[in-house]
Amino acid sequence: MSTAFLVLDDGRVFEGQSWGSTGKTFGEAVFQTGMTGYQETLTDPSYHKQVVVMTAPHIGNTGFNTQDNESEKIWVAGFVVRNPSSLVSNWRSENDLESELIAQNIVGLQGVDTRALTRHLRDRGAMRVGIFSDLEMTREEMVVEVRKSSQMSGSFLVSDVSTKTPYVVPAKGEKKFVVAALDLGIKSATPRALSERGVEVHVLPFDSTAEDICALSPDGLFISNGPGDPATMIQVIEVVRQILLKQIPIFGICFGHQILGRALGFETYKLTFGHRGINQPVIDKLTSKVEITSHNHGFALAAPTETEFTTVYGRGEVTHVSLNDGVVEGLHLIDRPAFSVQYHPEAAAGPHDAQYLFDRFVDMMSLKVGK
Amino acid sequence: MPRDTSIKSVLVIGSGPIVIGQACEFDYSGTQACRVLREEGIRVILVNSNPATIMTDPEFADATYIEPITPEVIEKIIAHEKPDAVLATLGGQTALNAAIGLFERGTLAKYGVKLIGADVAAIQRGENRELFRAIVEKIGGESALSIICHTMDEIFTAVKTLNYPVVVRPSFTMGGLGSGIAFDEEELRQIAGAGLRHSPTSEVLLEESIIGWKEYELEVMRDRKDNVVIVCSIENVDPMGVHTGDSITVAPAMTLTDVEYQRLRDLSLRIIREVGVDTGGCNIQFAVNPVDGRIIVIEMNPRVSRSSALASKATGFPIAKIATKLAIGYTLDEIQNDITKVTPASFEPTLDYVVVKMPRFAFEKFADADPRLTTTMKSVGEAMAIGRSFSEALMKALRSLERKEAIFSWPEVRAGEKDQLLSQISVPTEYRLQQVQRAMWAGATIDEVFAACKIDPWYLRQLELINQQAEQIAVPGELTSQILRGAKSNGFSDYQIAKIRGISEDEVRRIRHHLSIRPVYKTVDTCAAEFEAFTPYHYSSYEEESEVRPRTVPAVIILGSGPNRIGQGIEFDYSCVHASFALRAAGYETIMINCNPETVSTDYDTSNRLYFEPLTLEDVLEVIHAETQAGPLLGVITQLGGQTPLGLAAGLKANGVTILGTSPEAINLAEERGAFGNILFEQELTAPEFGMAASQLEAITIATRIGYPVLVRPSFVLGGRGMEIVYDDQSLAGFISRATDITPDHPVLVDRFLDSAIEIDVDALFDGDELFLGGVMEHIEEAGIHSGDSACVLPSMTVSADSLAEIIQATLMIARGVGVRGLINIQFAIADSKLYVLEANPRASRTVPFVSKSTGVPLAKAAARISVGSSIAELRAEGLLPTIGDGVAHGVSVKEAVLPWNRFRRLDGRGVDAVLGPEMRSTGEVMGISPTFGESYAKSQIQAFGPLPKTGTVFISLADKNKVHGVDAAAGLSTLGFKILATQGTAEFLASHGVPSVTVRKNSEGKGPMGERTIVDMINSGDIDLVINTPVGRGTRHDGWAIRTAAVQRSIPIITTTAGFNAAVEGIRFLQSNEVSIKSLQEWLA
Repeated sequence: MSTAFLVLDDGRVFEGQSWGSTGKTFGEAVFQTGMTGYQETLTDPSYHKQVVVMTAPHIGNTGFNTQDNESEKIWVAGFVVRNPSSLVSNWRSENDLESELIAQNIVGLQGVDTRALTRHLRDRGAMRVGIFSDLEMTREEMVVEVRKSSQMSGSFLVSDVSTKTPYVVPAKGEKKFVVAALDLGIKSATPRALSERGVEVHVLPFDSTAEDICALSPDGLFISNGPGDPATMIQVIEVVRQILLKQIPIFGICFGHQILGRALGFETYKLTFGHRGINQPVIDKLTSKVEITSHNHGFALAAPTETEFTTVYGRGEVTHVSLNDGVVEGLHLIDRPAFSVQYHPEAAAGPHDAQYLFDRFVDMMSLKVGK
Repeated sequence: MPRDTSIKSVLVIGSGPIVIGQACEFDYSGTQACRVLREEGIRVILVNSNPATIMTDPEFADATYIEPITPEVIEKIIAHEKPDAVLATLGGQTALNAAIGLFERGTLAKYGVKLIGADVAAIQRGENRELFRAIVEKIGGESALSIICHTMDEIFTAVKTLNYPVVVRPSFTMGGLGSGIAFDEEELRQIAGAGLRHSPTSEVLLEESIIGWKEYELEVMRDRKDNVVIVCSIENVDPMGVHTGDSITVAPAMTLTDVEYQRLRDLSLRIIREVGVDTGGCNIQFAVNPVDGRIIVIEMNPRVSRSSALASKATGFPIAKIATKLAIGYTLDEIQNDITKVTPASFEPTLDYVVVKMPRFAFEKFADADPRLTTTMKSVGEAMAIGRSFSEALMKALRSLERKEAIFSWPEVRAGEKDQLLSQISVPTEYRLQQVQRAMWAGATIDEVFAACKIDPWYLRQLELINQQAEQIAVPGELTSQILRGAKSNGFSDYQIAKIRGISEDEVRRIRHHLSIRPVYKTVDTCAAEFEAFTPYHYSSYEEESEVRPRTVPAVIILGSGPNRIGQGIEFDYSCVHASFALRAAGYETIMINCNPETVSTDYDTSNRLYFEPLTLEDVLEVIHAETQAGPLLGVITQLGGQTPLGLAAGLKANGVTILGTSPEAINLAEERGAFGNILFEQELTAPEFGMAASQLEAITIATRIGYPVLVRPSFVLGGRGMEIVYDDQSLAGFISRATDITPDHPVLVDRFLDSAIEIDVDALFDGDELFLGGVMEHIEEAGIHSGDSACVLPSMTVSADSLAEIIQATLMIARGVGVRGLINIQFAIADSKLYVLEANPRASRTVPFVSKSTGVPLAKAAARISVGSSIAELRAEGLLPTIGDGVAHGVSVKEAVLPWNRFRRLDGRGVDAVLGPEMRSTGEVMGISPTFGESYAKSQIQAFGPLPKTGTVFISLADKNKVHGVDAAAGLSTLGFKILATQGTAEFLASHGVPSVTVRKNSEGKGPMGERTIVDMINSGDIDLVINTPVGRGTRHDGWAIRTAAVQRSIPIITTTAGFNAAVEGIRFLQSNEVSIKSLQEWLA
């Protein structure tokens, strides 16, 4: 174990010890408040280019397995924890976390006051950060390097995480529907949730065109979660607009929700520190029921929450709102089959309260095709 | 959905006396409930027989009934008060059972009262094992394979399918009472037999053994819109086989992946919905097979529980408060999170720290008891600690227990120690974790230890790291910053570091402070710092950033009393909470330090700031340091939390801390025998003669000088431990050889024992000038029974006016002589019209809440004010104390102790002896208040031991020395129409005084030639309604023991003193011709 530093854009430095790979890494510092699910977080492509701070103090207790991966690899740019586990205890574990971080060349940091760091990020906002592990550098040199690294706002990152070629996740049991899923950083739990409902999912690269999508004669279009600034997603937004005109049911999650929102003409904005946790209360305005949901977003959609709105695609309304801070968490169109949520009904990690949204998507497709 | 406005008045049912399995967590939850309801403008009617609770303070309800919690009595209250609803889900199993009783009697229907929280059907679905199994199956979960049995025959048939070991669980009992694990037929016969008797429905469940599996508990809340949240997950360090209440537990769960945790969450949601707990909280327990993750649903409690209190303190999410709001119609999203102020209660708390709860046991009080931990709960209290790592929280929790044996140590390893410990840890006992740590210190590997005890390897690894840290500390050389930081962040105390290094604790502290290594204080905020916290609920950790905010208002620190134990329980929390309320009302800020999660004092609402910290000198000094930096600090109150804070007073003062109220020197004056003797001498007061013996010969010489009987005890233990009354040289010699390792360093105290004296307890306030006498209580049991176990009555019944005047005068002289500023409790004895001073405690006593309830004078509040400088005259003027005179009891109040005999068995499976003595064994108390002694006593017995019989058969066996004192009572029973059975000696004596009785055979005599049954047989077959058995020396002890344990096992009222016997006859006389009356405390005090 050698000394390692976490250096923030605003000059604050936290000292800890090396963990995982050594060297340096940069990204946007964000905190994640889930007490379980570090493996799902690590492998969630939406965390691409982010240095994730876990607020739960013990991380790695249950090791690492292949079943719980949300994608092929670890995406976080860096991983900051208080107490990494030096022993794994779980019947499904195949590897310990540090070995996995080293194998995937992820620079980590341990032994820092993660609560102080979290409070700092909460008050000052998510910001650029660097981890410098086992390096001989001065504080000034480290800060300069951090300030040279790229900002999250304006970042186009989807090309890094999207699949290069289409692939198919077959329906479980009888195939009822075909869905085209735009992979902007899709988590494996999403096609799984659809497949369990008799949906054959064609996962497509982010740069697929409307023609590519229509060529599949899909019953619905799914727009996935993903990293980066939604404002940079001009081409995908254009594709979504074309699909909207074709009356093909659309379901967007997270980044996909922001893209649908932008396609409808709304702006997106960056939250101070975002929502990243699995305990977030969201109210479904249509049923006034509360669901506890899994969140991972740094941007949000600016849309009116109290009244219906009108778009070029017809009327719509915000359906879900965060009870913590009033952020728009979901919307639908009234005149066309399209809806989206800012959070993660596929969970992984997190509660399964919002799984009904996949049923809602299936129902929407049933109505459309008259099944 | 706003609140249900049809509810204008609610009857809240409390949980009664503190017993094992049901402690002051229900005072915490009930107090929250009362506060919430009153804030909503709802009229609150409360019934609870426990006077030591905060909820029964007249200010917490509109009508407070300190009455027995039985359906009969509650029906009277309902008839009188006509509440719109009954809330029974916050008073533990007692309240829930009472609610079911009310439903079954038709009371609820008759008076049109609705049950809010959970309805009867839901309660039954949650608690009836067959119904619950069906629910688990329906929602896709799995239960352990099990069979319901109602007879021993059914039990023996069932075990053929389930095989040994087999788990026995009686239905409808609390705290796992009567349950256990049977490894063979004989054990099954014992455990299941007792289980059938304990279950009100004579029903037990036999279940496949899942011993050694991982155990989890989820705290769930649901509102009437069907929103459900999980408040907390709790993981047991002790795997399945040990009752959760006796297990070391951790929050949040440490060894589950998200996939596995979500499975438990999904099951919990489906269960609470299917059971139909419409509003409020419940907990659901799971077992997880560590090999393949198979999940078994164990049980649910459709109510707020002990775990709910723990979860509330562990997360900052006040379950009882929110459950109450949900019960009156609010939904989770309409309730604000108190801590963040901006977010709603409809979320799931997330923790950025680790919480460890340790049970506290009292096996030393029950020498015969089987020390093994099983599925019957035996712990009497618990401590909780919070840290930023498991090891930090664990080590803090261990020292919070205030037991030397609990704190990890690292002595030199003895040959063979490892194997010995490895074999010991396969049986769970009080100190198993310490044995595990020592086994690993002796070289046992994680695999070896896991094989022996099935504690999850993750926890074992943490113990290994703690041991490695100890090794680093031990390396000779300078205590560097790096070593100290490492040690402190792993939870090592200065004391532990000092022990390892062979230096003093002060020295370690000096070095540490010199290196500027001090704890920071983090905040419990429900949200892992995602939102700003506005409630200063802190815990220490050795990290970078402290969150203690500056203050401007002068503050007072109040030290709580730590984990509940026999002799130090809820009564002291009561006083601490009162002090906090009184000082806040007087314009001070209050800061509470305590580590007991069950209490009201550790509610973040009680004081301005709460520090959840161990009550050790080190931990307290660090809080004081942090708060001194934060703003003006007046000092520390140590006299209200019992012996724990009192014991810290001298050390705090030595470190420059201001002790408010009675000074440590004054405390020492009262506690040190010689000094106290001088005070008595100066004031011309008399104490029973005593001497200190360094040898057996010396002891006998002293005993001869002062005269038998004498009370003997080792000088180095407190709280009545190891005390005995001996009547002759032979038994004195026996005590010394048996009970003590007598040396000049460890002498034995020999006190004259005042046989048949009346014992008096006095609680008083003194401000340096004026004395306020709170109350003079007369014990019902004679001197020699620990005051905590003795019933007592206020006002005194047989003390003459002259004696009373003498008592008041003596109290004043002692208070002045000692230098009391605040509360003092003095025990007197009156023998042959002479007043003796037994002992004086310059602190809040166990009886303060009882006296306060009976007289309506808030003694603890006044004491707190006196300790910050107010005079009694000022407090009189302010209205906190009566304008003139002393405390006056309204009506006649009887306090009765509640004893936990039925919780303990000996290793051979038989009960422990149910006999009172100089050592305190009661866990709680009840109060009966009425116009007469007979009625008050009868009321106190109903809740403590079950109602006194109005007719039937009584068995009487009196020791020779008691025969004279018991004859009037026996004659009384005879006149009242009871059939009297007696052993030969007693029968002959009664006959000689004209009291008819039937002679029965002693147990030791065995069955008679014609098959005549012994008294034990008769008790066992349910033919006896009341047992009077006064113990004699060790000679016939065996017979008495068999009688008493049989009575306890059968739940037959048993009385072991003649004074108790006399009181019982008065009670029975009342019950024969009267119905128990009810009257609220507010009416009494009006």
